[in-house]
This record gives sequence, structure tokens and C-alpha cells, in this order.
Amino acid sequence: MVSENNKVGPEIELQGVTKRYRNAAVAVQGVSLTVERGEFVTFLGPSGCGKSTLLKLVSGLSPVTEGTVRVNGRTPENARDLVSFIFQDATLLPWRTVEQNVGLGMELEHAARPARKERVAKMLDLVSLSHVAKRYPRQLSGGMKMRVSIARALVSRPRILLMDEPFAALDEMTRDRLNEELLRLYTEQKWTVLFVTHSVAEAVFLSTRIVILAPHPGRLAHEIEIDLPWPRTAETRESKAFEEQITQASRLLRGVYQP
Amino acid sequence: MKKRWLALNSVVVFACLLAIWSRVVAFAHLPLYILPGPRAVAEALRDRYPSLLSSLWITTGEAAGGLAASIVVGVAVAMIFAQWRWLRQLVFPYTILLQTVPIVAIAPLIINWVGPGIFAVTIVTFIICLAPIIANTTQGLVGVDENLIHLFLMYKATPAQILFKLRLPHALPNLFTGIRISAGISVIGGLTGELFAGSTRVGEGGLGYAIIYASNQMETAYLFALVFAATVLGFSFFFIVMFLEWLALHNWHESSLPHTAE
Repeated sequence: MVSENNKVGPEIELQGVTKRYRNAAVAVQGVSLTVERGEFVTFLGPSGCGKSTLLKLVSGLSPVTEGTVRVNGRTPENARDLVSFIFQDATLLPWRTVEQNVGLGMELEHAARPARKERVAKMLDLVSLSHVAKRYPRQLSGGMKMRVSIARALVSRPRILLMDEPFAALDEMTRDRLNEELLRLYTEQKWTVLFVTHSVAEAVFLSTRIVILAPHPGRLAHEIEIDLPWPRTAETRESKAFEEQITQASRLLRGVYQP
Repeated sequence: MKKRWLALNSVVVFACLLAIWSRVVAFAHLPLYILPGPRAVAEALRDRYPSLLSSLWITTGEAAGGLAASIVVGVAVAMIFAQWRWLRQLVFPYTILLQTVPIVAIAPLIINWVGPGIFAVTIVTFIICLAPIIANTTQGLVGVDENLIHLFLMYKATPAQILFKLRLPHALPNLFTGIRISAGISVIGGLTGELFAGSTRVGEGGLGYAIIYASNQMETAYLFALVFAATVLGFSFFFIVMFLEWLALHNWHESSLPHTAE
């Protein structure tokens, strides 16, 4: 995916990043990675390989122990207005209606009510959820909750999306459909995405590049460029190229699992 | 349909109990001061309702006042605990101590400080209501999912925003659990408080005071009427809190009454 790169330097840059927790456990060690604007990079790997930790480091929610992280040339803390984080569970506030959830960020920034309403309505329309705007999260299915979560993340017009296994809890049909929806939005809005998943098929379908991580301590093991043609749709999953990429990624992943 | 059946049945059960009670008293020739029949209780209720109502009103005020104060203070303390973890770890164990302190033992102390009367009883009620509010609310305030905190941090939310827009609404169900527990014991607190600290002036005593008085005078029928009034009071408190809880939570919380989804 090509987008105009009017900014000098990469969108996300990690150099020699190590994260050690207070109990001395090493989550990731010596990770260096450069992500250009508009890339869709997926971290794939077994549990304990530090996939989620990497997202926390890029978002600045967790500080690095060694090395540097730069987001759009800035420190992660200073780049937060460019970044939206989407968590594994939808993390909706159950006491707020769907539209109140989506408008949360603008509300915390004290945005004017009319502007907020307009933006929220637009985002709900984008994920086809306008009809449930007044409902509470408990009244929604898992897939709908996740779409609300995505709408909420898009309100701030992010340049960068960090997605930590967002569809892991959903059934396969719903996950496939949401993958297609996500790619449609990605092509339209030209974000840079860092995505975490356990699913090889999901990684291949979504990504421009897959980064395979090895565990204990978490470190980069392999990188695969995914050159499936765009736009990717449900038919992409039936293509031979798709199968081949999955086979290749699975083989590399298996190597990482072995001691 | 099923509900109406149940309601009807419980009325029938109540009527049967009254009948059995009345028969037992009549057959055993029990004197009025040992066990009055339902009729005698009803008469006591009718003849003395002005003094009963004034006692009921005083106890209601003491229980409601103590409960309200415990909610205000308890939530404030819980909010302080939620903000400063070290303070919570330091002080929280003492709130359990608060719960285990025998109220009977400190009531004389309170009378010593503020003198007997309504205010002393309200303080007793406040003290026994406080611990459940603090414990439950604190649990709700600190039990917020870490990712929700992360979400708010990504929005650059201030600590005040995290407290008022995230922690407090999250703690609302816990707060209501605490209030429900405290509402039940607030009436008991008012009654026991009055046994020790109730006013000695005529016409100023609450239900607890009136119960002692009726017992001393062997006015057992009136005593029954007072116990009945105290039970109704406790039940009303519980019911009102349940209703408020339903009002506040029924839209979004799982524990509230059945809700038609979709």
C-alpha cells in the first residue's frame, strides 16, 4: 500500500528496545524495527514473545528499559494524539450508551457538544452501527462491541492504530467479516497499523508485513513481506497465493516454537 | 399470571398464621402480658398510634441520618483510598476493626461525649453503617480493568477525570451493595442505640426506647405493635434502597432486574 510520505523519517522506529519488568523477567530484548507510514505490520508469535508488550511500548503506556522508541519522530508520550489503541476486549464503559462511549475521547478533551455529536454519528455510520447508538453495551453482540470500539478509536482521526488481538474473542465468521471491514477502512484512511494476533490466516490476510517473534525473551525472529494484491476481499482467502503465504508463515512460526 | 398466584398465596399464608396465632392464644388461655392475640395487638396499634408514630418517626430519622452520613463519609474515604494506594494499605485494616467494635461497648462513650438523645443514636448508627460502605466502594473504585485505565491515559485524561468518569461509575454497583447492607443494619443500629442512648424525656424516645418502656410496663400488646413497626421500617429501608439501585443501574448492569435485550 503506497501513501504520500511528506514526513522525514519512518512513522514508527524501535532501536535496541529491551523491556525488563520489576521482577527481572525480560519481556522483549534488543528489538529494532522500522515501520514506514501506511504499512500494516502484524506481530505473530507464541504466548510470552512480547507482542502486546511492544504495543504498550509504542503507545508509551509502559516505558522501555533500554533503547529508544520514536513515533513520528517524537517520544511515544508526545505522540499520543496521533495514536489510537484498540484492546483485546472492547473495553466499553457499560454505563454509557454506544454513542456516549464513542464520544468519550472528545468529551474528555471538552470538545463542543455539536461537533462531538456530528463526529460520533459519522463514525458510527462508518462501522454501520447508527441503529444502535442509544443502546448499552450489554445489549450488543461481541462483534458489534468490537465495531463500537473501533469507531471510538477512529473519532480522533488517528494516523496510527495499535491493535492488540482485537478479534481474538470472536467467532471465525465474525472475525473474517470484521477483517474485511478493517481493510476497507484502512485503504480509505491510510493509517499505519501495528496489529497483534495468534492467527496466521488473519495475519496474512491483513498485513503488508508480518513480523514473527520468538519467546523467552521476546525477540524478532523473521519478517515476511505479504504481497497479496489489493483490494483484499473474501475471495482473497480462496486464492492460491493466500494459501502459499500461510504455509510459509506457519513453517517459520513452527521453527520459533521449537526449543 | 404466576406472579399473581404467588401474591395471593402469600396473603393466604399470612391469614392462616394470624388465625393459628389467635387460636393458640384463645385455647391456651394465655394472659395478655405473656402473649397477646392479633386482635389485642391491632387494638394497641389503633389506640396508641400517635405515640407509636412519633417513636417510629424518631427512629426513622436516626437510621436515615446515620445511613446518609455514612454514605457521604464512606464514599469520601473510599475515594481517598483509591487515590493513594499506600494510604489504603496503611489504614484499610482499621475499617475492619470499625466493623468488629462492639457497638454496645462504645455507646456509653458516645453518650459521655454528646449526651443521650437523638444525636447520640444517629452517631451510633453512623458508626455501624460506615464499614460496609467503605469496604464495598473501595473495592469498586480500585477494581477497574487495567485496559480501561490505559484507554483513559491514551486520551490524556486527568486524575480527576479518571476518578469521576471511570472509577466512580464503575464503583456504583459496589456502593449500592454496601448501602443495601448498611440500610438493613441502620434500623438495628437505631434500635440498639436507643436502648443505651435514647432520650429519657417523654415523647422524645424512638422505637427502641418505647420497646424498653413497654416491656417494663408489661404492655406486651403495644410491644408487639412496636416490633411490627420496627420490622416494617427495616423492610421499607431495604425496599427503598433496592428501588434506587434499580433506578441507577437497570439500564446497564447485569445484576439488576431482568431486561429485554434486542
